[in-house]
Amino acid sequence: MRNLVIFIYKNYFFFLFLLLEFFAVYLVSKNNYYHRAGFVNSSNSLVSSIYSSYDNARVYLSLKETNLLLAKENAALRSKMMSSYMDFTVKTLKVNDTAFKQQYEFEEAKVVNNSTNRRNNYLTLNRGKNQGIETDMGVISSTGIVGVVEHVSDNFCTVMSVLHKDHVVNAKIKKDGNYGALSWDGVDYQRATITGLPTHTKLAKGDTVVTSALTVSYPENILIGTVESFGIKSGETSFTVKVKLSTEFKKLEYVYIVRYAYKAERKKLEEANKTDKNN
Amino acid sequence: MLSDIFKHIARFILLILIQGLIIKNIDLSTYVNPFPYVLFILLLPFDAPAWLVLILGFITGIAVDMFYNTPGVNAAACTFMAFSRHYILRLLSPREGYEFTMQPGIYSMGSPWFISYAGILILMHHLFLFYLEVFRFSEFFHTLATVILSSLATLLLVVVSQFLFNRPKAQNA
Repeated sequence: MRNLVIFIYKNYFFFLFLLLEFFAVYLVSKNNYYHRAGFVNSSNSLVSSIYSSYDNARVYLSLKETNLLLAKENAALRSKMMSSYMDFTVKTLKVNDTAFKQQYEFEEAKVVNNSTNRRNNYLTLNRGKNQGIETDMGVISSTGIVGVVEHVSDNFCTVMSVLHKDHVVNAKIKKDGNYGALSWDGVDYQRATITGLPTHTKLAKGDTVVTSALTVSYPENILIGTVESFGIKSGETSFTVKVKLSTEFKKLEYVYIVRYAYKAERKKLEEANKTDKNN
Repeated sequence: MLSDIFKHIARFILLILIQGLIIKNIDLSTYVNPFPYVLFILLLPFDAPAWLVLILGFITGIAVDMFYNTPGVNAAACTFMAFSRHYILRLLSPREGYEFTMQPGIYSMGSPWFISYAGILILMHHLFLFYLEVFRFSEFFHTLATVILSSLATLLLVVVSQFLFNRPKAQNA
């Protein structure tokens, strides 16, 4: 025992290195173990407050473009207002609809931090626990899917972008209905790959790719992008499809967080399946 | 002595903020992600105790991780770099050893010494960082290209910053 202590004391430099290194790797692995809100991410209060004050200054630079966008959206909304329609219907009966229940709710959020050039990209949004945001909620923008909420603090959340090695979404060829897994290969922020698409799928360049009903985080039929090229790799029995993503990740400013009302129920049911299989 | 400590603290804060707020937002390509914050570890004095350098390396890494949302990745790489620094300094030491007045800068030690010192350590840091971040070998060559190009970019920034900010003071210094 005494010898051991002397040995460690003599080589304290090396052991201190090992200790710190193990701690760092532990942090890495703990984070990979999906959704363990850690202290070391940009939703902690110090870094998020630095980010939001930095962003406050930065938005001034794109104010003109944002105004234009909002003006366009206002015009579009105004044209949909009741006052801009002529009402021909005769209201006889008001139905409190019980057949259709609201399934998805959308909450707008502002992107306060974003990256596209790393292998694993994240966004930070200015919504958190206080606004009812939970992990695993999907995030979409007006141009396509953005990512999945990963960590949540009181007023901020971080989002695992589509441009992340662990982000996999089930994508469907809109015209044909066949689906496969879409993931990002880390090279170009505008392109992702679908694998496992059956070979009898009727594909053509420019086909629209949307989310399928299999993914829990996103609603069905949200735009992902368009088919750019496709082929069968030697030795495989399914299509590999290059998709041009429709989301403009470098321009994201306002996004929508998706709340799925039946998620808990659906997840619980599907989890039950999994545990059955294991037994 | 005390003013030296303040100088290092100020450099720490400044480099972390530059890294987290400016460098992070420069989108050159997925291949070029410079991490010039390692300059803080590079410029620690020669006589700083080895354990302190290790701990500072860890803290620096964690601080950058907070901005990058990559818990532990930069911390691990930076600790590794601080560990290697001990041996690289020994490897590159002049024949008479380091003198008390020497600083690990380009003016004090000369360009060849500084570029090999910074180059080796930056390459080690980036190798560790990018491979730990990707954590799979299927993208081996893509990652290798990222490591090499990013290391060059970081080295360039580090050397330029030496010429810009670390000029020797007037003769009496």
